[in-house]
Amino acid sequence: MSIDKAEVARIAELSRLEIPAGDMDKVAAQLSSVLDFVATLNQLDLEGCAPTAFAPSDAPLRADERDGRRLTPESATAAAPETEAYFFLVPPIVENVNP
Amino acid sequence: MTSPLWQHSAAKLAALVRTGTATPQTAAESGWDGPGAAWETDVHAVVHTDREARHAAAASADRGGPLAGVPVLVKDNLCTTDYPTTCCSRILAGYHAPYDATVISRLRAAGAVVVGKGNMDEFAMGSSTEHSCYGPTRNPYDLARVPGGSSGGPAAAVAYGLVPVSLGSDTGGSVRQPAAFCGVYGLKPTYGRFSRYGLVAFGSSLDQVGVFARHAGDVATTFAALAGPDPFDATSRTSPVPDVSGWDSGVKGLRFGWPANLWQAGVEPVLVDALERSAVALERAGATRVPFEFLPGEYGVAAYYLVATAEASSNLARFDGVRYGHRSADADDVRALYTHTRSEGFGVEVQRRILLGTYALSSGYYDAYYLKAQQARTRIRHEYEAAFTRCDFMLLPAAPSIAFRLGEKIDDPLAMYLSDVFTIGANLAGIPGLTVPTGLTATGLPTAVQLLGPEDSEAHLLRAGRALEVGGDVTRLSRDHEVEFAWPTKR
Repeated sequence: MSIDKAEVARIAELSRLEIPAGDMDKVAAQLSSVLDFVATLNQLDLEGCAPTAFAPSDAPLRADERDGRRLTPESATAAAPETEAYFFLVPPIVENVNP
Repeated sequence: MTSPLWQHSAAKLAALVRTGTATPQTAAESGWDGPGAAWETDVHAVVHTDREARHAAAASADRGGPLAGVPVLVKDNLCTTDYPTTCCSRILAGYHAPYDATVISRLRAAGAVVVGKGNMDEFAMGSSTEHSCYGPTRNPYDLARVPGGSSGGPAAAVAYGLVPVSLGSDTGGSVRQPAAFCGVYGLKPTYGRFSRYGLVAFGSSLDQVGVFARHAGDVATTFAALAGPDPFDATSRTSPVPDVSGWDSGVKGLRFGWPANLWQAGVEPVLVDALERSAVALERAGATRVPFEFLPGEYGVAAYYLVATAEASSNLARFDGVRYGHRSADADDVRALYTHTRSEGFGVEVQRRILLGTYALSSGYYDAYYLKAQQARTRIRHEYEAAFTRCDFMLLPAAPSIAFRLGEKIDDPLAMYLSDVFTIGANLAGIPGLTVPTGLTATGLPTAVQLLGPEDSEAHLLRAGRALEVGGDVTRLSRDHEVEFAWPTKR
């Protein structure tokens, strides 16, 4: 299945990525090529095959067996580009709000 | 004549440290003090290291552990407190993790010295280590060729002698394929057998930490040191860890599957020859060949590039310039911050896979792509289950080709993806796989085969890997494995 530039733009927006206009054709062609290939799955008999989301696990840990240790506020924010008093700083999220 | 420390196996090095013949410092530095320093300039396997950190780690190493003083290079997607963890991506430039991954803690507890971080394809997405923000790693056997990927740095470092053991990660073959290209052992354990805590997530249902070494015995020792449940990883296996101490006990009575339909076309003749020679060696050692047909690997590749990219598109959403790593300076609002940070920080292959995964999960396409891939995953798992009722493990190629040239596949994503055609199935099914080196071609490039077994069959895989190390000669199985190691000529 081929996808066009408009579809690439839609996916890019969902992905929070910006594809340069000059690369659109190339990206569309590469994604189309991969999607054409994955269409080979249509040849596979999947009758009675329930979806597998995860490789089978023998006996997953119960919640009460998990380690309760957590990062401290200091270590959790240490690598952030901008912080203030252990809060992550971001640009304005809501526009035109009058206090 | 005693060989220099850098040529020793991990087992030999650790024994020398435990008896006080060598110190952890001299053992850990042996790669840098030997020819490794000159090799590294050409190969570029390492992206973060420094002598001071190595010395500090060696000074605190447990001199009584099974890996006492053994230097280990680890892939740059495993969190370490003493080196940056960047996944070889601009988006994580300068990031220092606040904790060690569980496999790193267990390496240190076993006495190993973590000596640095190995090069990789960005976020483990690639099969050649060309997609690294630090530039590519080169194959030590031919610098014009790739080492495979995505764990190309750790594989190459073991191949040229910087370290006897290294860690990678394997989401679709990223340990087993570079092991084949570099002529070393590469083990992907059963899903969940090694903790994923502190492994930067790519495809969470497929990711597994793996081991590179030059000897089957060193893989076994490292496996025993790292395996086991982890309270930090809810997907870690809680059943008893397979006992791999009998790695040199031979393969007498074992049955190996021989799915020859898989290599009737599209596999280089030198690798078909390696398969046949390996089968004969296993038979000589007392194993039985069981021929059968198996589902072609292309279906696995198709399912994988939907499942893995879908999971990656979700996992990599966390890289947005807020909590760690790169942040775009060109953003007036939070939406622009996300978009500009991610577009500046991620490389082309990572962006391509995020787009593909987002598409597969998006409204209107979910059932046609992601759901179908999950169903195919079930079918593939059933194929393996059926095969393993007839044999104890399967023998098959690790890759369809020997190491290819740098640049050969970089602009053709599909061709690159198909280099994982023999490895991806094990990740989809959660089963273990071991790449076993089988020698060099007439032009001096490594060849290899792969062994796949059912869940928790690591002991069988290592026994077979060891039997192949001695060419099927059972009289050599239990001897000091140093003696079989002939140091190859590299160029």
